[in-house]
Amino acid sequence: MTTPMLQIDDLHVHYGAIHALHGVSLAVGQGQIVTLIGCNGAGKSTTLRTVSGLLRPTAGRVLFEGKPIHGRPPHEIVRLGIAQSPEGRGIFANLTVDENLAMGSFARRDRAEAARDRERALDLFPRVRERLKQNAGTLSGGEQQMLAMARALMARPRLLLLDEPSLGLAPQIVQTIFKIIREINAAGTTILLVEQNAHKALEVAHRAYVLEVGRIAMEGDARDLARSDAVRKAYLGVA
Amino acid sequence: MDGVAVGSLYALIALGYTMVYGILQFINFAHGDVFVLGAWVSFAAAGAVGLSVGDQTAVPAWLVWLLGAVSAGALAAALYEFVLRPRLGAGRPPATRLTWPLAGVSVVGWGTLLLLVATRGVVAGGSHTIAGGMILVLAMSTCGLVGFCLERLAYKPLRSAPRLNVLITAIGVSLLLQNLGQLEWMFGTRPDRMPTLVPDTVLFRIGHVPVRLVDVMVVATALVLMVLLDWLVFRTKMGRAMRAVSFSPTNAALMGVDVDKVISFTFVLGSVLAAAAGFLYGQKYPGLNQTAAAGWVLLGLKAFVAAVIGGIGNIRGAMLGGLLIGLLEFFAVQYVPEGASLRDIFVFGALILVLLVRPSGVLGKAVTEKV
Ligand SMILES: Nc1ncnc2c1ncn2[C@@H]1O[C@H](COP(=O)(O)OP(=O)(O)OP(=O)(O)O)[C@@H](O)[C@H]1O
Ligand SMILES: [Mg+2]
Repeated sequence: MTTPMLQIDDLHVHYGAIHALHGVSLAVGQGQIVTLIGCNGAGKSTTLRTVSGLLRPTAGRVLFEGKPIHGRPPHEIVRLGIAQSPEGRGIFANLTVDENLAMGSFARRDRAEAARDRERALDLFPRVRERLKQNAGTLSGGEQQMLAMARALMARPRLLLLDEPSLGLAPQIVQTIFKIIREINAAGTTILLVEQNAHKALEVAHRAYVLEVGRIAMEGDARDLARSDAVRKAYLGVA
Repeated sequence: MDGVAVGSLYALIALGYTMVYGILQFINFAHGDVFVLGAWVSFAAAGAVGLSVGDQTAVPAWLVWLLGAVSAGALAAALYEFVLRPRLGAGRPPATRLTWPLAGVSVVGWGTLLLLVATRGVVAGGSHTIAGGMILVLAMSTCGLVGFCLERLAYKPLRSAPRLNVLITAIGVSLLLQNLGQLEWMFGTRPDRMPTLVPDTVLFRIGHVPVRLVDVMVVATALVLMVLLDWLVFRTKMGRAMRAVSFSPTNAALMGVDVDKVISFTFVLGSVLAAAAGFLYGQKYPGLNQTAAAGWVLLGLKAFVAAVIGGIGNIRGAMLGGLLIGLLEFFAVQYVPEGASLRDIFVFGALILVLLVRPSGVLGKAVTEKV
């Protein structure tokens, strides 16, 4: 068996006295889209924040391409090839759109390649290209989400972590965002996708994990999960 | 002209307050003392290179201390890197934790000493203006080093502590600096006289206001430094990272920014500018009071007022605020009866007025966040 791109083993994370993750294990295979779904407060963002180094686990391991990365600071983890588009988009509202993109490639030294990636990202998100000189704080929510994803791509990650990219967006834009997620994946980037919109997420993903109050409750092939009664009832709103 | 000269000094100091606030949202009360340190280090350096106007010893004792500290730091770094680390095996801490700060400290320290020796040569050669420039660089590097150490030792351990604790620490650091400076082996408790390095000539007059060479030097140096800073903050990668960290350290870290490094850099930058202001202040007003004197505290406070009036956290605002305060003082002294004794009232009155009309400062933006 080949080593998965990302492997999380029995992860425990605390916020002070609050025990947020109670032994989460999951794996993301090379080239896949894996989705992590669950209710509010289940611990999805906590999982992503631990992978990207913003949080330190109290127990358990995070392996990236077979090597442990837990406990390393976020700025080092970016350099290993993991980029995160955070929940709430994390746009720098005091910078221009162009400067936000430039922040995405902060860790890189290959300027010419970064410039090419910038063109590619802007081809994916033409709306962002139209607003390059604008202050990023003035963008609409959908535009900010596109900018956040374009910015994450500027790091040329091998693993892209997306935290609720569809949050608060109009159905039409959600459609576009998911289409682009597929395109990014087709171009070779592995994706770990956290979503509330379970319906859409299960549609694009290869594999899925269901997180319930800090524990993995179900896992499997995304299509199988979408058909299972438990998931249909709890997450797809089907009686 | 005094207004513009002093105003540009206020601006230089205000930049340090505003940059640190922009990034850490706390008022570094010790910043005014770094400015005072800049003035006194310039004085000590001038003495050390043979420009003294009085009875000081040729090599002040703090130099010996600096030398000791620097060599100890260099030795520790070398020991750690070459002896200890290879023996720690797999779990050894990454090189950057200790090695880089120590190496940085020793490079700056040794650079300072070399520069001091070189300046001595220049003074012996008779060129006081070039020596002045070198003393400026010396003061800037020394204060940059002090700013770096203050942040690492006093503030960094409190990064996640409540803001009030950090504020109290800053006041403590301020008192520490004021009182250390009074020690006999530092700068002592007597006022001293800074050697002036440019001739006291009146270049020209605007109306009946004389423009002196020293004013032009002060304003020009401050202006060059501010233009450089503006370029750094708004045109370079490091500056972009600083602005990103000031908006959200967490998200900046996700972009690959080493937030601790940016914070250290910001402190060093602010301290370097304050040191320059200290040197220039000594050139304009050569009488240096002991480090805890009330006059110094008031100067630092007014620079802080300038930062608030310009919009705390706003770099261009700090520059503008500094000039505004300087000019306001000048006009108060010139045109208001009894103005000289009332000028502080004008400054703080302006602060109250600005806070009433535009609470976020002249160039500050009202805080709006899109969620
Ligand atoms: N900074 C924090 N301090 C304390 N508790 C926190 C913090 N952040 C999250 N938690 C708690 O940890 C748990 C998991 O939170 P997390 O943000 O990971 O949930 P989530 O699955 O992403 O939810 P949502 O869908 O609402 O984004 C929640 O119970 C939350 O209250
Ligand atoms: Mg979340």
